[in-house]
Amino acid sequence: MTYEERLQHVSVLGAAGKMGSGILLLTAVEMADLSLKPGNKGKTFVLNAIDMSDEALAGVMRYLRAQILKIAEKKVNALRQIYTDRRDLVDNDEIIAQYIFDVMNVVRPTTRLEAAYDSNLIFEAIREDSALKVKIFSQINQNNPKQPWFFTNTSSIPITVLDEGAGLGGRIIGFHFYNPPAIQKLVEVIHSKQTLKEVDEFALAYAKNLRKIVVPAHDIAGFIGNGHFMRDILYAVEVVHILMDKGMSIAEAIYATNRISQESLVRPMGIFQLIDYVGVDVCSFIMFVMNPYTKDEEIHSKLLDKLLEQGIKGGQYSDGSQKDGVMKYEKGRIVAVYDPLKSEYVPVSQMQAAVEAKLGAMPAAPAWKAVVGNKAKDEILKPYFTQLKSADTLGAEIARNYAKKSKEIGKHLVASGVAYNDADVNTVLLTGFFHAYGPINEYMD
Amino acid sequence: MVAGYNTISMGSGRKEFHPKKDRPGLEDYIKEAGQGTLKMIGGAQNVDECVIGNFMASRFNRQANLAAFFPFIDEGLRYKPAIRVEGACGTGGLALMSGIKSILAETAEVVLAVGFEVQNTVKAIYCADFLAPAGWAAMRKDGHAYFFPGQFSERAGAYFEKFGREMTRKGFARWYRNAIENARLCPTAQEYHNTTKDLEAAAMVEPNAKAFLENLTALDCSKVSDGASAIAIMSEEGLKRCGIPVSDAIEVVGFGQVEEDITKPPPDKTALTTMKQAVSNALDFAGITIDKVATAEIHDCFTVAGIMAVEALGLAEHGKGPEYVIAGNTARDGKFPINTTGGLIGWGHPTGGTGVHMAVTLWEQLKGRAGAAQVNIPDDRPYGLMANMGGDDKTLVSIVFKK
Repeated sequence: MTYEERLQHVSVLGAAGKMGSGILLLTAVEMADLSLKPGNKGKTFVLNAIDMSDEALAGVMRYLRAQILKIAEKKVNALRQIYTDRRDLVDNDEIIAQYIFDVMNVVRPTTRLEAAYDSNLIFEAIREDSALKVKIFSQINQNNPKQPWFFTNTSSIPITVLDEGAGLGGRIIGFHFYNPPAIQKLVEVIHSKQTLKEVDEFALAYAKNLRKIVVPAHDIAGFIGNGHFMRDILYAVEVVHILMDKGMSIAEAIYATNRISQESLVRPMGIFQLIDYVGVDVCSFIMFVMNPYTKDEEIHSKLLDKLLEQGIKGGQYSDGSQKDGVMKYEKGRIVAVYDPLKSEYVPVSQMQAAVEAKLGAMPAAPAWKAVVGNKAKDEILKPYFTQLKSADTLGAEIARNYAKKSKEIGKHLVASGVAYNDADVNTVLLTGFFHAYGPINEYMD
Repeated sequence: MVAGYNTISMGSGRKEFHPKKDRPGLEDYIKEAGQGTLKMIGGAQNVDECVIGNFMASRFNRQANLAAFFPFIDEGLRYKPAIRVEGACGTGGLALMSGIKSILAETAEVVLAVGFEVQNTVKAIYCADFLAPAGWAAMRKDGHAYFFPGQFSERAGAYFEKFGREMTRKGFARWYRNAIENARLCPTAQEYHNTTKDLEAAAMVEPNAKAFLENLTALDCSKVSDGASAIAIMSEEGLKRCGIPVSDAIEVVGFGQVEEDITKPPPDKTALTTMKQAVSNALDFAGITIDKVATAEIHDCFTVAGIMAVEALGLAEHGKGPEYVIAGNTARDGKFPINTTGGLIGWGHPTGGTGVHMAVTLWEQLKGRAGAAQVNIPDDRPYGLMANMGGDDKTLVSIVFKK
């Protein structure tokens, strides 16, 4: 089966979810672009958008339409070429409207899993539940005569567990998009013990057509992205306790840790903001999934448990704006921090001065925006980190240790065989997490 | 002509502009400009006729029958004759010509001319659709997504090939710098708030054919603008009626109004041949040569059009426009200041209003009313010239004014 034939019948499971809808969008566009090639006239391309609720599917169709409009506006010049024979389409708006129709026309929203029984390729982006994934994969595999391939978006479950559990015989690959898939350039590709060569070849071709950067990871729970992120969270919680020992309240300590991990480490978000972005529940669940597979290490956070018990979840609204979580947001700005001991949000304005006094003077860090994408970023970062190394305040010490720990986690991922090399770890953090520099660096040496 | 008024040219570049927030509509712009001029001429009762120039409100604003907005500007204009004219980006010039001809025909002593466009109702990619009818519709299907920019990118390509790319691009960059520097002196200009330090370096960034055009960047293009301009066209009798001394007005001493076949490609992609004809007609009519002119407002819808216009005016030989501009001759302190408030690239290009805006700017300059943007008007060169272009060198209006 050729690349094109494979993509003539596809299903996305969990299509209305945050990851699923992005995968649906990218795949729909790729399939529609194939269908519009002169040689493919008359061939049908079908993409089942499978999810559990009709309401959510209606929402995802609205999302698709809005996103395809943006994509079409961006590539209208290319579209004018594609539709050059359609003499009835003259203005840009007519061409864009036709393209939106052609992409949407590939997609079939449905709540019936049976639709996947005809597909050559199944993208899976459902809940991070190993047993559930195995059950659904088995069911499709047994009822689908086409020997379909399974592309799972799991960020934490070993692919071999799914492969063997569902009896797929290597017709599976970990194809882990980053959130949001439509924007993030990174895809982690993970093989099970028996992933077939042709599945891998297709995965690379597909990633290339989607203009994604592929980083291979070994089949070890959490892979590279969450391997770093989850351990980064656990360290942040440690820092919170260190700061509490120095006399901060827990809300102050969370606020301080978040600020240091963002400003002093020149990251796009602080660690607790990132937890809110992903969702406290999702982070906790990823840890739960990873933990059984990580030897000599406890991937589990009591702080996250406590937050969840009190209903603190974070995550995003369907329009992409941030829900309140560990912190409270107004127009994207952090205005308060949750105190799980008192079960209330403490306004930032009440603690900012005290926290800054306790942390002491910090060397002026460059803004993340000024560094990321800057070709001369090394020239900005080196002098900054040199200053940070010699600063004699509590805040600077915390920041130094944080940076060192991040490097240690990165090195651990290579040493434990999750990542093939240092560069891959850095690529994942640079592209998947938009860090301005890779964690494995020499700034703190 | 007298009593010119420009609204702000609103759009990207202005601090107060936000594409997703509500903005004034065409009614607001027309009213502000119309009333601005009426106030200076003693009110609507002094007006005999009105003319409104607009290119594409039918699509940008879903509005036609525009002459009927005059009584909305001022009740005193109710039941007076008014017309709407259209000639793509040359519309404003046609509105002026319509008024001038009424005065010459002695059917009116005072004509109120308004030109406007409100374009930020859609994104640039759809704006390109709405502006494309300035060219021949039959060509649209196979044209660039950004149809007009595409046409002028082709012209730029032809010019590069014939006269050298590097020098020409440097000429574009200097043209851009002049436009922005002038706009910074005019509070109504769209680029008034521009703070870029090295303008020429910004303009020298290589074009990206995939994202936009092969030979031009966004900085080579005029602005997408909302704005209106108004001016009063009067006979001496009209000036008397309004109680305005003759010395406050500029005199129309010549004009050239020229049309070229819209279905034909330009005879020479490296020259604005129709503009050359219109300017030559206007100068002949006025009985002067270009060296008597102190300043000009010319139609730089693209930097390349500005360069070719310099040649069409006879300021530089064919192919020498870039050098002439690079040498600083067209800058505000140069030999021949052009587009002293920024032109279409710096001040803005509310398409149907641009021709009227040119006349308003010349009125201000020739009468010493241009404020911070004022340039020197030597006594031995008491003339100002405008060249307003519709389409790809198709509809041309050039007018010569005397101080």
